[in-house]
Amino acid sequence: MTDGEHVVEDKSHFTGVWVFLEGRKHILRDVSIQLIGEGRRIADRRGAHLTGILPGHSVENLARQAIGYGLDRVIVVDRPVLEIYQSRPYAKVMATLIRRHKPEIVLFGASKNGRDLGGRLHAVLETGLAADCVKFDLDEEGNLDMIRPSFGGKSLAHILCKRHRPQMASARRNVFLPPPHDPNQTGEILHEEVDVNEKDVDATLLEFQEFTREGGLRPEEARIVISGGYGLAEGKNFAMLQELADLLGGAVAASRKAVDSGWMPKEFQVGQTGMTVRPEVYFAIGISGAVQHLAGMQESEKIVAINNDPKAAIFEIADYGIVGDLFQIVPEFVRQIRERKATKAVPMPVAAR
Amino acid sequence: MGPRPLRIIVCIKQVPKAQELQVDPKTQTLKRVGVPSEINPPDANALELALQIKDRRAAEVIVISMGPTVFDESLERGVGMGADRAVLLTDRILGGSDTVPTAYALSETIKKIGDFDMILCGEETTDASTGHVGPGIAGHLDIPQITYISEIQIEDDSVRARRTAEDGTEWWETTMPCVLTVNFGCTKPREPTLLGKIRVKRAGVIVHWSCADVGIDPNKVGLKNSPTIVAKVDTVHLPPRARKVFHGDAKDAVAKLLDALLEDGVIAL
Amino acid sequence: MAERFDAIVVGAGPAGSAAALALAREKFSTLLVERGRHAGVKNMFGGRIYAWPLFDLLPEWEKDCPVERFVSSEHMVFLSGDASLGIEFESPRLASGKAASFTALRPKFDEWLAKKAETAGATVVTGIKVDDVVRDGSRFHGVVAGSDRIEADLVVLAEGAMGQLTQRAGLLPDLTPASVSVGVKETIEVPAPVLQERFGLGDRDGASYVFAGDVSGGARGGGFLYTNKTSLSIGLVVSSEDVARKKLEVPALMQRFRMHPSVQRLIKGGKVLEYSAHLVPEFGLGMKARYVGDGILVAGDAAGFLINNGYTFRGVDLAIASGIAAARAAVDARKSGDFTARGLSSYERYLRELNVLTDLETFRAAPSYLKNERLFTLYPKLLAEIAERVYTVDGTAKQKLSEVIFDEAKEKAPLLRLLRDLIEGARSM
Repeated sequence: MTDGEHVVEDKSHFTGVWVFLEGRKHILRDVSIQLIGEGRRIADRRGAHLTGILPGHSVENLARQAIGYGLDRVIVVDRPVLEIYQSRPYAKVMATLIRRHKPEIVLFGASKNGRDLGGRLHAVLETGLAADCVKFDLDEEGNLDMIRPSFGGKSLAHILCKRHRPQMASARRNVFLPPPHDPNQTGEILHEEVDVNEKDVDATLLEFQEFTREGGLRPEEARIVISGGYGLAEGKNFAMLQELADLLGGAVAASRKAVDSGWMPKEFQVGQTGMTVRPEVYFAIGISGAVQHLAGMQESEKIVAINNDPKAAIFEIADYGIVGDLFQIVPEFVRQIRERKATKAVPMPVAAR
Repeated sequence: MGPRPLRIIVCIKQVPKAQELQVDPKTQTLKRVGVPSEINPPDANALELALQIKDRRAAEVIVISMGPTVFDESLERGVGMGADRAVLLTDRILGGSDTVPTAYALSETIKKIGDFDMILCGEETTDASTGHVGPGIAGHLDIPQITYISEIQIEDDSVRARRTAEDGTEWWETTMPCVLTVNFGCTKPREPTLLGKIRVKRAGVIVHWSCADVGIDPNKVGLKNSPTIVAKVDTVHLPPRARKVFHGDAKDAVAKLLDALLEDGVIAL
Repeated sequence: MAERFDAIVVGAGPAGSAAALALAREKFSTLLVERGRHAGVKNMFGGRIYAWPLFDLLPEWEKDCPVERFVSSEHMVFLSGDASLGIEFESPRLASGKAASFTALRPKFDEWLAKKAETAGATVVTGIKVDDVVRDGSRFHGVVAGSDRIEADLVVLAEGAMGQLTQRAGLLPDLTPASVSVGVKETIEVPAPVLQERFGLGDRDGASYVFAGDVSGGARGGGFLYTNKTSLSIGLVVSSEDVARKKLEVPALMQRFRMHPSVQRLIKGGKVLEYSAHLVPEFGLGMKARYVGDGILVAGDAAGFLINNGYTFRGVDLAIASGIAAARAAVDARKSGDFTARGLSSYERYLRELNVLTDLETFRAAPSYLKNERLFTLYPKLLAEIAERVYTVDGTAKQKLSEVIFDEAKEKAPLLRLLRDLIEGARSM
């Protein structure tokens, strides 16, 4: 941030770690919660306060809930016009607060809205923003070391914003552990005034259609993910994967090729341009293992690959695998699981024959 | 009297082809010259959306980019696909710019072109994947932004766009001029045509502008005026994998796999 | 936006680029459309270009033309079994003046010539396939690519050996196996010092080898080897009729050829850089191509302008010359305002003046002559065995040369038929 004359302000003026709090329908987003935990860790190392920023309308409960995750305080800007997230009014609120309070670090969850906001804001403030971070550290000078995947997930880049303040970063979902919630945690809730109203609004939300949760869990939340790729050949074959997922208590996902072919909606796409998942088990079925897909799942605890090409790249990162025809293997897998479950469930007959 | 022609500016970036990502060990940056390159796929999706608008109504599509002269390859492809003209902002002083100077420089270029109704960008690039430049341009120009869209509808002076959020689909409406960032894969970019490629060869269709041509302040661009730097790059350390692969008859292989998964406690029934 | 050019040339190989260059020079607004990503990407040949037509087209051609080596020695090698009999001709005059020929790599050469056409003012577009020629009855007046249509007074088809547009325009009968050969080629890397040592060459000169006889395992055909700057181009051209009839596999034939000791000796230690295959239309005028129509001319391989007379292979020079001839005919047509077949009829005259048609006619019988199986099996074997008997000195009684020849011939080649074959050969070649 400059002092208005393109000269970068003295960074010692900037203190405090901020977390942008995002909610939908009066529930805090998971990534905001995860960031409070990580923000706490950074703030402690910097010897600074951890503040949540909550623009919205009638968000008192949300603010209190947020404090319970470990914030020292929450700054609330309560205006009807902020009821739902909108780029321009939210950016105006954040810019005003940042100029007013001069935090050293501002963290956003890398949700769609978080990135929408951070992108606009960093240009307005002319300060550094590192996107989609998976780790944070501090360098020898106390600058925030913002670590993010790069080059298609093959490397980790360390981004520093040495002279400009605040240092801003968006953090990837489901990478940082959510902190425990303590309803007795105390903290300040500050209401601040920012001049933002109807004339700052430049877009209208006409309609919101929530994705229905039929068909089980969402991949980012599941412990077991059954993911299908181009080898599935047809959309209807995903039903077979759903069957397996239901049996194991997991969620179905898809590779980009499967999504591009119209077999699964985009929100189930795993990969560099889809979502990143780190389940306990990731089944890659009919997936060749292109670099962009691996970027989205290579940190899964265990990976099981099923593919009829023994040379498929997916086998390089698989813990277990079968080389063969998935149209035979998956139904067989389902059948054998059912069988074993059945033998377990049946109690031993008292009188054996 | 038909509707007035829209002026749609599409920001594109040339990136190394996905499989060809190569890091220059000396500079720790991506090699851009001498590697197979393509239009950043989400930008190609954005351009396709713009061309689809042009298919349906009077519109002028201008592709712009900021980078070295090798980026002409992508601008030529854009014009070949159907864009009316192209502008490359190219200047050595821009080297090393992060998303702050990039958003600024592109905004100034867009202002110089002037009279625009929509600015389309891909949601992010495949090489840097920040997604900052589209919203950054909107911030600079102080115009509406709608990110992560897959569909555009235009009525008179308003734009409606379908946005993909994590938990559902949103329909937004705003006025022009505005910035829209486009989802990767939401369209199938068309191939260049003969007429398009002929247009590429016409003088003046693709122009190069320097920072001086546009009126960009040298103190706001380039490596030394970029708030962020890449301090270092580590290779990712992935956990070693057991690679127990089973072959043979489906029944056998599945039984072995199931045994292994249960024994190792990977799944429980 | 309707788009119009005076002339549209399809195919940026040597014929198309030469035509476009010459047309642009004559102030025709010219569009040159190439299917490949760059000119030459889809083209393949054995390796040598006779330079004579370049002197007219581009007097300064030598300054920047991507020449590999100027050919200064010609070799003819007859293979039989594991033996070979070779004839060598060297002369300083071979590589100089209008007789000069040079080895080349097609992507580089074709790209160079297409760039010359662009510099001369032609609009060169690559990566676009022309789907059809626009016609009204017998009058051609443009091309169609995808959903785009471009009008022109003249269309020059220089689309190469596959000739689909030419066929569809009714100017070329369907290709039958008898009229098409398969050419396969390997480019083998050999460092310049080794290459020059092995072939006895200086920095800029090169050698050309033609292999005859038992080259392609029972299928009629010939082999070639050309020296490039730091590589060798080696390959076979075989009759696709024989390949089909005898159920042969071309890669296996190539392998057999390169394993012959006389060939091995030349290529050993080299690293194979590239393997390619292409169709070669053979039999020149025998293809019964028509190459002039209303608003249309055909040039290069597409018109069958190639000569294989058993000891020389020519295609690129004839292609370039036909491109030049096409432009000259276009100038005449423009002068008279008549782009019909009649207005373009001087094309044939120019093809003669440049000796394209004349040479084709001279060697018209060569293709059918070269169908003679004995040329590929019996006679080379005969020659090799004669040579072997003559050159073997092992203590057993030696015979006079004439006795050896008579002996061998009596057994294997009836004298009358041998004489007839010799005479026919001399006449057609």
